Amino acid sequence: MASVTLTDVRKVYHGGVEAVRGVSFDVADGSFCVLVGPSGCGKSTLLRMVAGLETISGGTVRIGDRVVNDIEPSERDIAMVFQNYALYPHMSVYDNMAYGLRNRGTPKAEIDQRVREAARILDVEPYLDRRPKALSGGQRQRVAMGRAIVRKPQVFLFDEPLSNLDAKLRVQMRVEIKRLQRALGVTSLYVTHDQVEAMTLSDLLVVMNGGRVEQIGTPTELYRRPATRFVAGFIGSPAMNFLAGRIENEGTVTIDGHRIALGTPARGMLPGAAVEVGLRPEDLQLANGGGAQLSMEVEFVEELGATRLLHGRSAGGAITVQVPAAETRSSGTLGLAIDPALVHLFDPADGRRAGMAG
Amino acid sequence: MVERRTLFGRLLPHLVLLAGVAVVAFPVYLAVVGSTHESAVIANGQMPLYPGAQAADTYYRTLFIGPGRTTREPVSGMLLNSFLMAMIIAVGKIAISILSAYAVVYFRFPLRMAAFWMIFVTLMLPVEVRIYPTYKVVADLGMLDSMAGLTLPLIASATATLLFRQFFMTVPDELVEASKIDGAGPFRFFKDTLLPLSRTNMAALFVILFIYGWNQYLWPLLITTRDDMQTIVIGIKKMIVTSDALTEWQIVMATAVLAMLPPVLVVVLMQKLFVRGLVETEK
Repeated sequence: MASVTLTDVRKVYHGGVEAVRGVSFDVADGSFCVLVGPSGCGKSTLLRMVAGLETISGGTVRIGDRVVNDIEPSERDIAMVFQNYALYPHMSVYDNMAYGLRNRGTPKAEIDQRVREAARILDVEPYLDRRPKALSGGQRQRVAMGRAIVRKPQVFLFDEPLSNLDAKLRVQMRVEIKRLQRALGVTSLYVTHDQVEAMTLSDLLVVMNGGRVEQIGTPTELYRRPATRFVAGFIGSPAMNFLAGRIENEGTVTIDGHRIALGTPARGMLPGAAVEVGLRPEDLQLANGGGAQLSMEVEFVEELGATRLLHGRSAGGAITVQVPAAETRSSGTLGLAIDPALVHLFDPADGRRAGMAG
Repeated sequence: MVERRTLFGRLLPHLVLLAGVAVVAFPVYLAVVGSTHESAVIANGQMPLYPGAQAADTYYRTLFIGPGRTTREPVSGMLLNSFLMAMIIAVGKIAISILSAYAVVYFRFPLRMAAFWMIFVTLMLPVEVRIYPTYKVVADLGMLDSMAGLTLPLIASATATLLFRQFFMTVPDELVEASKIDGAGPFRFFKDTLLPLSRTNMAALFVILFIYGWNQYLWPLLITTRDDMQTIVIGIKKMIVTSDALTEWQIVMATAVLAMLPPVLVVVLMQKLFVRGLVETEK
């Protein structure tokens, strides 16, 4: 097993397009790192540079203590799972898994033992003689994983491996990937645009935007203390509300005249400065009696079964509130109660988390 | 499509098809029948439409003895020449074009697109157009009256290269990348992945190219002078004498029938692969 270290990694394509603009982070041995971001943010390019499928324009990629910039993909001791599985259509499941080992000259008996072992773990033993064409999407996905496992690599690389599956299977495979990674303890890099996958799978979450890293941390850190407005809007579902407000003093912001108390003092902000106030739909509550700090006009309701989303307008902009299914109020003008500790402030100029120290 | 057709409406397509079959099949039938009569029967201008009794004798003479008067070569030698020529052309074309398509699609080298366009442009220059310079080159290389001279100029093929290129472009990039990670170099990827995936395409091309090679007329006519280098298509032409000598029509007919057989066999034997290669997109 090995850690993966990226130092100031850059990718510039012919014609000067910069896809990755200096990314550095460190994935500890055995941990699961997820790269997440909107399409075009450079996350796949970064993964492919670690795999050796793209050349590295600048910086270094280390696997363990070896700089792999100029090492062939097959020599990097990695295995990759592709979005469309990339199984060899003319080979049986067995041969698909054995191919890489044969190319490396692994003894036949050992190949056989490793392939059968992987097939057993992944529950594809009955299909070893079939062609990929004869398998369902989920089974193909397992075979693709099996091909990665048999190599016993230092690092697993996953490039949006679940996006071709239907919703139910996706959740199921997500759990299996996590379980498998825990059991094998192999360092993993996983690219996705799905923030639920990102939150649930990762030990270390890297949010990327425009070729740069927006924030690195555990899923809880990123959820609780998003460093930028982008991360705040990207992590968490339904997405955070952003309302235009102003600093009144260290302890209060106002949204269109409504005063909202802050749990942590807004240090270093001048009174009167514009801020974006971030409020998660699940952190807002309907006020009982006179505790309302803000009010909303409900426009429509989304029913989710266990909870309900109220969409509407409030001072400072559009707002969404998540209420429990037992809540009966779902129309008209409703008062909202806000926990001071759960108010996020962002500087509208650069999108950085504003004011609150620490 | 059309609902509630009348009896006539249902018969009409069959009648049209039968007429079509008759138009195509009748000359072939005539050739078969002609090859079973004596030459005198045909020569008096009233050849019967039923088979005669001379079949065994005619085919034996055609294959192993030769018509005698016009060419001394038996047709079995011509069949062998034609078969060798068609095989070499078909296999050669496939080998050359799959390799050049592989280079054009999967490698980045200087003037890659220039090379591709040069191959592409030769599509506009079939053998007939460049026949004089080609003849000159082959003659200067001393390849007249040889199998090499017969086949080499016909092997270079833009069509097959284009076809393979189009097919390779549909192979997902991830397969190349998976191969790279699996430690397969360019040659291994070609041998282990690309060739097996191209199997049906190669089969389809082989059928087309074999028939193309078999049917060559102008080039063999120019390049071969010796009787023992003749192809069967040329052989038929030479059997029909225009002077006062009597053309042995039953032997001409038998030769024509024999000339039809190998292409038919190739199509029939490879039909399944052929159709799959043209319609299937495996992955």
